[in-house]
Amino acid sequence: MKTIQDCLKERILIIDGAMGTMIQRHKLEEKDYRGERFKNWHKDVKGNNDLLSITQPQIIEGIHRQYLDAGADIIETNTFSSTVIAQADYDMQPLAYEMNVASAKCARKAADEYTKNNPNKPRFVAGAIGPLNKTLSLSPDVNNPGFRAVTFDEVVDAYYEQIKGLVDGGVDLLLIETIFDTLNAKAAIFAIKKYFRDTKKEALPIMISGTITDASGRTLSGQTLEAFYISLMHAKPLSIGLNCALGAKEMRPHIEELSQIAGCFTSAYPNAGLPNAFGEYDEQPHETAHIIEEWAANGWLNIVGGCCGTTPDHIKHIAEEVSKFQPRVVPEVEEVF
Amino acid sequence: MCLRVLVANENIMSIKPYLRLCGLEPLVVRPETNFINVGERTNVTGSKKFARLIREGKYEDALSVARQQVENGAQVLDVNMDDALLDGVSAMTTFINLVQSEPDIAKIPIMLDSSKFQIIEAGLKCVQGKCIVNSISMKEGEQKFIEQAIICQSYGASVIVMAFDEQGQADTKARKIEICHRAYKILTEQVGYDPQDIIFDPNIFAVATGIEEHNNYCVDFIEATREIKKLMPLTKVSGGVSNMSFSFRGNDHVREAMHSVFLYYAIKAGMDMGIVNAGQLVVYDEIEPTLRTLCEDVILNRHNDNNESTEKLIAFAETVKAKGKETVKDDAWRNTSVEERLKHSLVNGITDFIEADTEEARLKYPQPLDVIEGPLMDGMNVVGDLFGSGKMFLPQVVKSARVMKKSVAVLTPFIEAEKEIRKQAHLKAGTVNEEGAGAAKILLATVKGDVHDIGKNIVGVVLGCNGYDIIDLGVMVPTDKILDTAIKEKVDIIGLSGLITPSLDEMVHVAHEMKRRGMKLPLMIGGATTSRMHTAVKIAPQYDEGVIHVLDASRSVTVAGSLLSNEQKPAFLKTIGDEYAKLKEDFANKKPVKQFLSLADAQKNKTKIDWEKFTPVKPSFTGTKTFDDYPLEEIASYIDWNPYFIAWEMHGKFPQILSDEKIGVEATKLFNEAKALLKTIIKEKWLKARGVIGFWEANSDGKDTIILKDKDSTIQLESLRQQIKKAPGQPNISLADFIMPKENGKQDYIGAFAVTIEGIEEHIKKFEAAHDDYNKISLQALADRLAEAFAELLHARTRKEFWGYVKDEKLSNEELIKEEYMGIRPAPGYPACPDHTEKHKLFTLLGATKNTGIILTESLAMFPASSVCGWYFANPESRYFGVGKIEKDQVEDYAKRKNMSLEETERWLRPVLDYDA
Repeated sequence: MKTIQDCLKERILIIDGAMGTMIQRHKLEEKDYRGERFKNWHKDVKGNNDLLSITQPQIIEGIHRQYLDAGADIIETNTFSSTVIAQADYDMQPLAYEMNVASAKCARKAADEYTKNNPNKPRFVAGAIGPLNKTLSLSPDVNNPGFRAVTFDEVVDAYYEQIKGLVDGGVDLLLIETIFDTLNAKAAIFAIKKYFRDTKKEALPIMISGTITDASGRTLSGQTLEAFYISLMHAKPLSIGLNCALGAKEMRPHIEELSQIAGCFTSAYPNAGLPNAFGEYDEQPHETAHIIEEWAANGWLNIVGGCCGTTPDHIKHIAEEVSKFQPRVVPEVEEVF
Repeated sequence: MCLRVLVANENIMSIKPYLRLCGLEPLVVRPETNFINVGERTNVTGSKKFARLIREGKYEDALSVARQQVENGAQVLDVNMDDALLDGVSAMTTFINLVQSEPDIAKIPIMLDSSKFQIIEAGLKCVQGKCIVNSISMKEGEQKFIEQAIICQSYGASVIVMAFDEQGQADTKARKIEICHRAYKILTEQVGYDPQDIIFDPNIFAVATGIEEHNNYCVDFIEATREIKKLMPLTKVSGGVSNMSFSFRGNDHVREAMHSVFLYYAIKAGMDMGIVNAGQLVVYDEIEPTLRTLCEDVILNRHNDNNESTEKLIAFAETVKAKGKETVKDDAWRNTSVEERLKHSLVNGITDFIEADTEEARLKYPQPLDVIEGPLMDGMNVVGDLFGSGKMFLPQVVKSARVMKKSVAVLTPFIEAEKEIRKQAHLKAGTVNEEGAGAAKILLATVKGDVHDIGKNIVGVVLGCNGYDIIDLGVMVPTDKILDTAIKEKVDIIGLSGLITPSLDEMVHVAHEMKRRGMKLPLMIGGATTSRMHTAVKIAPQYDEGVIHVLDASRSVTVAGSLLSNEQKPAFLKTIGDEYAKLKEDFANKKPVKQFLSLADAQKNKTKIDWEKFTPVKPSFTGTKTFDDYPLEEIASYIDWNPYFIAWEMHGKFPQILSDEKIGVEATKLFNEAKALLKTIIKEKWLKARGVIGFWEANSDGKDTIILKDKDSTIQLESLRQQIKKAPGQPNISLADFIMPKENGKQDYIGAFAVTIEGIEEHIKKFEAAHDDYNKISLQALADRLAEAFAELLHARTRKEFWGYVKDEKLSNEELIKEEYMGIRPAPGYPACPDHTEKHKLFTLLGATKNTGIILTESLAMFPASSVCGWYFANPESRYFGVGKIEKDQVEDYAKRKNMSLEETERWLRPVLDYDA
């Protein structure tokens, strides 16, 4: 069986598109989120998408299958907010581990089926590690800019538990994504390193994906793209890339820069354009795919897919367009000047 | 030729093994990179001033020290909190967190400097960029060294390895090289460190101490450096430079010269970086030659038998009068006007001078408030613009806000004092002090269903430091809680935030509810998913008291300022309103679904009624019929109770609401009390129902005019027609469609009614005198219900009896509420006939004022408030509809038909105009 590294050398791999957008299509109500098990939960849980891996696993699996059908090589687990910190919004902290296991299993099951049917195109499961709703580099209180709503150790503990769940659920990769505060991502890396040191298991490859939020070309926590990469190089990631916040059009210069500085594979999964006035994404699959085609032609890409607003149709179009091109060749990291 | 290929290849295909560090911005150490200055003043062991500031907890001043280092050219900031009197972990955490919120400082990488590893780790937990750990060593053995190296690596830090082992600190060239090489092998082979992330500190010791063994220390360092760089070319060499001149402490002139000379030689040997006072480096070439030669002799240990050179340098030092040197920094801005200085401080987040500058401005301006509204707001506007265009980023904006707060704090006592003076004047004059007691209150909430609140928190702190009281309700806040709190706390502005798409609808809902509750305070909208366009198109139309989209936190300050200023508010809201109306129009123009037909085309697409098959029913009379003192008991059975509960903000359908799990008990109580009050009203004849109805012969002109015959004269009723392009088969409706056109030859009819409930005032006064608000409101609400019920009753009798077009109608009250009857009774000013001015004709025809006592106010509201009027249409095809937006061609035509000026027509029709008028 080919490893992901083997596959990455052969072709541009496709990562799936938005989970949230697809869940929205199901127009789920509070009771659907609760399912039988949480029907008496004391807090509203509608919007807790990660919970669906426990209460509506068939929906999550179904979405995975749609993306696999569209040609995704890598599917992301439904675990963006499956940490004790993020789940505090719903009082569901004790369920964080279980959510990770359940989500990983949903994705694992779907991916294995497709791999079995076509062993020449193995499918990989990336355990999605989201950015948290609390940040380590910004103070929520301007009168006390030294204040932090959460500590590094708390964040490490939260991610450690998530990583344990993802690994126990059987993921192939760990994907730290939508990073808007690099220090949170550093805590995730710290937790990953610690987890594999503690368990003495073979370390899984790490994918890193940051988010450039606006016209300044920086992360929300103020770093330039290169500084962002430098801060996380110690993870020795399989790939570094960008996702969310921007559409392909706006992401282009950053992907170009990254493709030149990255000593590992590169990834990009932009939104389906910028949201319109109503928060909806209008960019059509062929439009997104057209922009990304040029990136592939320029040799900037190793992994590509979609974020907010993208659908299996977007992924299908992207997969078709980039299949014509060779993947980016990872620059050799020299050992002397 | 070969070389060129290599170079091209190099750019594209390879990554160089450079030391890469970063704060907010990268610092890549290339071979051609000059010596890297590590700022040393943020070190409690090296700077007495910094140590004192930290001990006294004056972190803000301590930050100024750091800023000064950066301004003076430090490329890395060394931070050291090793002081026996300090809790090093806590001091490091506090200071580093503060540094991280100062983008001007945080842009450069941090060097965490401590002899205690837990203090280093505390610092590592606070920095997003790639740090340098200063330092680890093998002084406690290999095991500890490896453990610490693994931790440093987990945080992604480069490490300084001090040439120190179990035997002690290396002082000779040979020992330095030997220890460094051993550490190198452990780090690269056992820990997996990249060679370029290893920095050696081969120990710089003091020379010219008078002890002969010390004289070669600088030479040892320089030569060891040369060898280390040869042996391990990717590694870096660093050192604490000021150590070497320790003997001359107090004599900065000599020390600076020694540092420059030392660095001149050490850098040539391969030293990459050093901890120096970045502001105090003199240029080697500019050192006076005598001193320079003396320094060279000491540092290179030349002519130094029996400490000869040392003695000479000491002798020279005696002759130098230690002159306090001014630190040089770009402070030209300090010479500009006070307004410019305030702006500079705001934009650059500098608090050092803000208090003095504010005081100066206060004396210059007539009122302290003018300073805020003038130069400070100007400065914040610049900040907002820079932020908006991506030239500033969030932490800087937050910092600007702090400067603002400091400035406002200076002004506040004066503002308060002036307020007090005015208040006393008010009291003396017996006039009311309208300024209220405290600071304006702003309520912030992330709407229901949304858990994102970083942006909102920032807005909160930014507004908070501008002197507003912030009530932050947190995330997932239901509308009712937002509005209840706003009312209870008497807030001045509500700010809503949301990041996910469904939050947009929730915000529309909040605005809608604010209108329903008749609230008056302005609403600010913010959050990533919101936009000016959405606010203009969807939210603003829901609420008339001001809805403003706020792009970012810095802008929230000016927006809030404008909204809270009585002088600025009307103009501000008008500007925003106009802007949004324009946006809305642009949006409508872009939306294909919102296409409009010309009036002529819309008229062609009128309601299709087969008039041939229709025979109008003749009413039992034409002219009017008056009902004076209609029995209330009979009217009461027609009451629709739903609006009564809504008036009391009890949500739910009647009668199910009475058995509702949550509010059933309260609802039942309310209902029973209402019925009791109603009984009293009827029994004691508190109120009197008066009404008038009338029917007239009428035909339409086939377009939008209904021509009605009243005795000997004709009156033209004008109606408005839907102009929005409809789906195929759907008509563009006008009320005139429901009356047979004259050309179809048969006589058709139209009716009208006006009803009122009078006599409420004396009972209201009675309840007011008894401070009985509950019954007062109940009475008002019941009177409204009775007026509506009376209208319903008369409509039913009209259908069955007075007009008699459905003589056998049998509908329950519930079916009536659902409007399941035939024919309609639309009211002027409501969706089917949005023009209030047609009420004049209705009142004339009915003699309504004479027959019922209802008076039309200037704005065509009816008094008493509990009154209803409307037209009767009997045609089975007639139905309720909304005219929707209309175009200018129709308004022009309508104005002509009504013989009203276009301007006046537009004024009355403004809510339905699809264009700016």
